[in-house]
Amino acid sequence: MTDTLLELKKISKTYPGVTALDGVDLSVGRGEVIGLIGENGAGKSTLMKVLGGVVAPSAGTIVIDGVEHGELTVKSSTKAGIAFVHQELNLFENLDVASNVFIGREPRFGGFMNLIDQATLRARVKPLLDRLGVDFGPNDLVEDLSIAQRQMVEIAKALSIDARVIIMDEPTSSLTITETERLLAVIAELRRSGVSVIYISHRLSEVIACADRVVVLRDGKRVGELAKGAITHDAMIRLMIGRDLKALYIPPQAPPQQGGLRVEDLVTTAFPDRKVSFEIRRGEIVGLAGLVGCGRTSVAQAVFGVDPPIAGRVLIDGRSIRTGSVGAAIDEGIYLAPEDRKKSGLVLDLPIVENITLANLVHYARGGLVNAGAEKVAAEEQRRKLSIKAPSVDTIAVTLSGGNQQKIVLGKWMSMRPNIVIFDEPTRGIDVGAKSEIYALMRKLADAGVAILMISSDMEEVLGVSDRIIVMHEGAVSGLLERAQFSEHNVLTLAVGGTIPEKAHAHA
Amino acid sequence: MLKKELGLFVLIIVIGTITAAINPQFISIINLSNLANQIGLFGLFALGLGFVIITGGIELSVGSMLALLGIIFLDMLVNHEWSWPIALIVTVAGGTALGTIHGLLVTQLRLQPFVVTLCGLLIYRGVARYYTADSTMGFGYGSGYETLEWLVSGRTGIVPNTFIFFVAVSIVMAIILHKSVFGRYLYAVGKNEEAARYSGIPTKLVITAAYSIAGFLTGLSAIYFVFYTQSVSPSAHGNFYELYAIAAAVLGGCSLRGGEGSIVGIFLGTVLLQVLQNLVNMLGIPSSLNFAVMGAVILFGVIADREFQRRRMRKIMIATRTPTKPAQAVPAG
Repeated sequence: MTDTLLELKKISKTYPGVTALDGVDLSVGRGEVIGLIGENGAGKSTLMKVLGGVVAPSAGTIVIDGVEHGELTVKSSTKAGIAFVHQELNLFENLDVASNVFIGREPRFGGFMNLIDQATLRARVKPLLDRLGVDFGPNDLVEDLSIAQRQMVEIAKALSIDARVIIMDEPTSSLTITETERLLAVIAELRRSGVSVIYISHRLSEVIACADRVVVLRDGKRVGELAKGAITHDAMIRLMIGRDLKALYIPPQAPPQQGGLRVEDLVTTAFPDRKVSFEIRRGEIVGLAGLVGCGRTSVAQAVFGVDPPIAGRVLIDGRSIRTGSVGAAIDEGIYLAPEDRKKSGLVLDLPIVENITLANLVHYARGGLVNAGAEKVAAEEQRRKLSIKAPSVDTIAVTLSGGNQQKIVLGKWMSMRPNIVIFDEPTRGIDVGAKSEIYALMRKLADAGVAILMISSDMEEVLGVSDRIIVMHEGAVSGLLERAQFSEHNVLTLAVGGTIPEKAHAHA
Repeated sequence: MLKKELGLFVLIIVIGTITAAINPQFISIINLSNLANQIGLFGLFALGLGFVIITGGIELSVGSMLALLGIIFLDMLVNHEWSWPIALIVTVAGGTALGTIHGLLVTQLRLQPFVVTLCGLLIYRGVARYYTADSTMGFGYGSGYETLEWLVSGRTGIVPNTFIFFVAVSIVMAIILHKSVFGRYLYAVGKNEEAARYSGIPTKLVITAAYSIAGFLTGLSAIYFVFYTQSVSPSAHGNFYELYAIAAAVLGGCSLRGGEGSIVGIFLGTVLLQVLQNLVNMLGIPSSLNFAVMGAVILFGVIADREFQRRRMRKIMIATRTPTKPAQAVPAG
């Protein structure tokens, strides 16, 4: 273990306006399993991209086998024996296991004809699979394999290039418990044979189970390290939190009113064995927190009708409404500002005015024909109210900044009659100034009697903007927090599946 | 926005002037009248195909549908001696039904439009040939449909009725595409189906309707072509006609990726194509080169358009970025 394989020294990475990494040190010894943890956006992925040669650091050095590098390329990273097992797997589903393992490095024969030497290929892959103890062979098609099996193919691929460090980014996010245990067993076996693993996970119990050492990142900084004996849930959570919060909170003008959105026993396609229930009153902003992949977006999409729920009821002001179609949701005044603005929120190639009126075009039409004048009046009104910065409402949406694009999405819904507005990551990719504008607009909507659900992975935003917080874990609501209970510790504890003792109601 | 169409118009004028200068016959009343007739015939179904292309789809079965529907129409009119209004309604309804089926296969079963309509191309051609035992069907000595014959192949003054009808349908289609709610939905669905869905637009209905409209216009065209050719030989009638329509739409500024195009563009695209065909005859170019000339001009047009668009996009980016940048730096409140 004293044998240091690679060392990151004072690695920093800055993007315009954002510091993703700030002087991070990380050393990896031979046969060591390092748990790398931190909240969403703490810089884990960026750090690993630096190691993989995808991102060049702004400062710092990388030492591999005693040789210093200013940055790595994908090629030099691979050559140094660093391999990734990605969160979204990068396999060719249409090819078999052996072809995937040696893709781009196929053994060849036949001179200039470059034929693939299938026999050698398979003979080389077989022992790798044996070593991992998997239940499939080199000739199986990847599309017939489960996600856990595909992960093993990725690991075999890493072993095939004699990887000395394998980086696993959330490897268990879609695995069952038994599959997870198998993976942990494989990690143990890798360690025995001298391969190091950097294990990134939100699942702290897995980190406890497999890591020799835990490194914690927060806001791009390395904030602590835990040695084997000191790795506990509490110690990790304590290190992950502790950011100083800026005062984002705008208090509501009046206490929340009766009525609003009520979701009862909602079952989404993403988690068919979990039920979700919660309530949002008119006039309040409720934050929906949780780790990536915990089912928050699925809930939003089920309520909005994009991905119809399997079961459950949605009620507005106590009245049960029809679910399962976007049209029906919009008719009821349930609106969604989706996570992926450019893909789902806007038609980027259309002008501002056509985007704003798109969901309510019938309102601007008589006899099926659109009244362009009326459209323009409505769009101008939204442009003024939301201060959308554009030369005119005829400007094509694609040319605007993220903040202004988000305002167009907002303008689309505010030009109608909102009862419930769901914001999915409302300020992702938006600069600081525009962020506070969006928050102010959300509060204004709430004060006008709208019930607001805000899904956010940004802890600062969740704690700073919400009146109440619902926390989800693995497809179910794991707790509710009132403003007095707001703390990163509480949110995070609920998000990783823990419970907090003081009067937090456990749901479902 | 209309720059593209204006460019096409200028191109037509330039080509026309050059052709007329070389061979004055080109602008003789009789040639222009003939040309107008051709434009009317080939433009009608191109308008429908334009709708389909704007949704990001494609319709390859037009030629085969013309043959099959033409035969059904003749069979009803001549062999079964049905009255022409009924034959007309059944033919147009048949076209609409086939288009609707294509639309449903695309939206409900999520099949690729290319595959669906390619199968249509093969099936309808096969059925038409089987039904007639591969023999040509004509009007023979049938009668009782003189009114219809005048409507679809007659002339008003020197203007062929086909052209008048094409202009009228173009105006209606232009209003639908550029002024109506449905037209706006077509563009939105073609550009970004997901965002359209997130805005509550019934995207499947919109796409299906585009195919239905294309089928409707193809049904009408089938009748026009029957009277134009006076007979239908099931193995050759309408062969490749879908390609004329696609070419016209692409020339007119439709993108096969969807979301772009205008009726004026498709109209002018059809005109240009037919002018090119006519010019080959007029200038004494071997008619075997017909397709080659057409292909070359389309290729040239598309490349030129690409270049113009790239430049325009760059200009927009520069123009909008500069003034808005400082404004954004000002935080709220």
